[in-house]
Amino acid sequence: MSRTDSVAVAGVGMHPWGAWGRPFVEYGLVAARAALADAGVGWRDVQLVVGGETIRNGYPGFVAGSALSQALGWQGAPVASCYAACATGAQALATARAHILAGLADVVLVVGADATPKGFFAPVGGDRPDDPDWLRFRLLGATNPAYFGLYARRRMALRGSTEVDFAAVKVKNARAGSLNPNARFRAEVDTETVLKSPMVSDPLRLLQICATSDGAAAVVLTSEEYARRLNKDAVRIRAISAPTPTYPRTVPDFPYLASDSLAAAAPAARGFRESLAHAAYEAAGLGPQEMDLAEVYDLTTAMELDWYEEIGLCAPGEAEKLLHDGATALGGRIPVNPSGGLSSFGEAIPAQAIAQVCELTWQLRGAAGARQVAGARAGVAVNQGLFGHGSAIVMGRA
Amino acid sequence: MTDGIPAAPGTEKWFREGPDGFALLAGRCTSCGALSFPPRTIPGCPDPDCEGLEQNPEPLSTSGTLWSYTDAHYAPPPPYPRPPDAEFSPYALAAVELTAERMIILGQVAPDVPNEALRVGMIMELTPGTLVSSTGVEERVWNWRPADHFEDSGADVEAYSAYSSASEEASA
Repeated sequence: MSRTDSVAVAGVGMHPWGAWGRPFVEYGLVAARAALADAGVGWRDVQLVVGGETIRNGYPGFVAGSALSQALGWQGAPVASCYAACATGAQALATARAHILAGLADVVLVVGADATPKGFFAPVGGDRPDDPDWLRFRLLGATNPAYFGLYARRRMALRGSTEVDFAAVKVKNARAGSLNPNARFRAEVDTETVLKSPMVSDPLRLLQICATSDGAAAVVLTSEEYARRLNKDAVRIRAISAPTPTYPRTVPDFPYLASDSLAAAAPAARGFRESLAHAAYEAAGLGPQEMDLAEVYDLTTAMELDWYEEIGLCAPGEAEKLLHDGATALGGRIPVNPSGGLSSFGEAIPAQAIAQVCELTWQLRGAAGARQVAGARAGVAVNQGLFGHGSAIVMGRA
Repeated sequence: MTDGIPAAPGTEKWFREGPDGFALLAGRCTSCGALSFPPRTIPGCPDPDCEGLEQNPEPLSTSGTLWSYTDAHYAPPPPYPRPPDAEFSPYALAAVELTAERMIILGQVAPDVPNEALRVGMIMELTPGTLVSSTGVEERVWNWRPADHFEDSGADVEAYSAYSSASEEASA
């Protein structure tokens, strides 16, 4: 892919994650103003606002692009609003990038913000038996952690992973998160604390499952030419991929109740999760061996290990070894979740994929402070969410 | 055999009861034969290369291997039913790969089977289950339970000899 397919990350900003109990627009404003200031771009110079939807208020049109634009003061720029579950932020970034690459805009503000209730995520209310998300709760009581428990147990059976392996992921991420002022959970934890935390969905305990959080992240994306005018040398998005699954699906991805039958149709060479990073690597002309760090969607500790293999950091079955060798810790060969990950942040859905890009940006600028990955030149971020959504973003220094 | 318990909401066409036995009903595409579970309510086929619009109901096989399992230590939020004044009853969930169709189907595990009795790779079979709605009404669903005569399928993982001792403990 040619260099002209890159867009510049001119500015990034976040509102710290937490359980603040205030309106999401307030967090979004803080993040947006921080990103604009970081870019040296005025609000009136923004030509498009892309908002990641929160579903909390029930009105997607109310809550994202327009809510943020109104809060910043209407200045006439068009808005777009995106919902793609956990990949919402990536879809918002992809929309911004497409406008820039098509020459329709030079400066785009991308914002995701959420205020989440405590406890399990639940589907929208009412009797809605045509919604698989409603059905899985109504018929099975299959919460998100229940699906995560299924995947974790599957990993234990196939790979021989143990609770202690999973706990080591939490210990690693908590250590990184303790160095991140935007993280919600900043205390280090030890293995014993993880293994004594309450069981939620066997084999996963409370400290192995990400919390739900309030937070916001924003990015100012610009064209290459505009970045030169701003004198912003640093960081580029090389590729964003957001493929959907291909038939036949081999795994019962949440919120679905079944996989597809493999009796008559052969699955693709790569599963859905493997296909995410693969597509981004292909588009960027870079491979996993060229990545210096990764931000992966650690909805659970077990899932972080799955990602190591699915984004090509190691061969299938070798994630535990990579972890225990220290390769994925700060100071290791390929640090994973140097931000502290979802483990330290909790999930603020529409903000989370944007937050991954904020972290990659700070790392690639060499501005990540105590959690800096030395000499980082390229990185990848991946996530997966409900309804066949997922994304991967490859970034690099200019 | 049918005991007259009505199907849970949304599942009216998802299983059959009666003299031929309890079975889940998939939709089979009349053009290409692709299976869908749950059966589609909107015309179409899961195969992107098929333009078929119709599906016929077809019973799925009723046994397979345990792909994975988990349980719930905390009450899930609505719409999971919670009968009035009822304590939360913990439950296990199973993902079972049907041997014939090679399709993984989730379901609750029969309530008398403890989570400790489950092992990935063991043979599971389908059985009728009952949910109690938030208004106290019984509803028919499907459950999974270990097959009466445990045998390891050898399909994907090592044998799990712990099963028998676990089930002895569970029944003790």
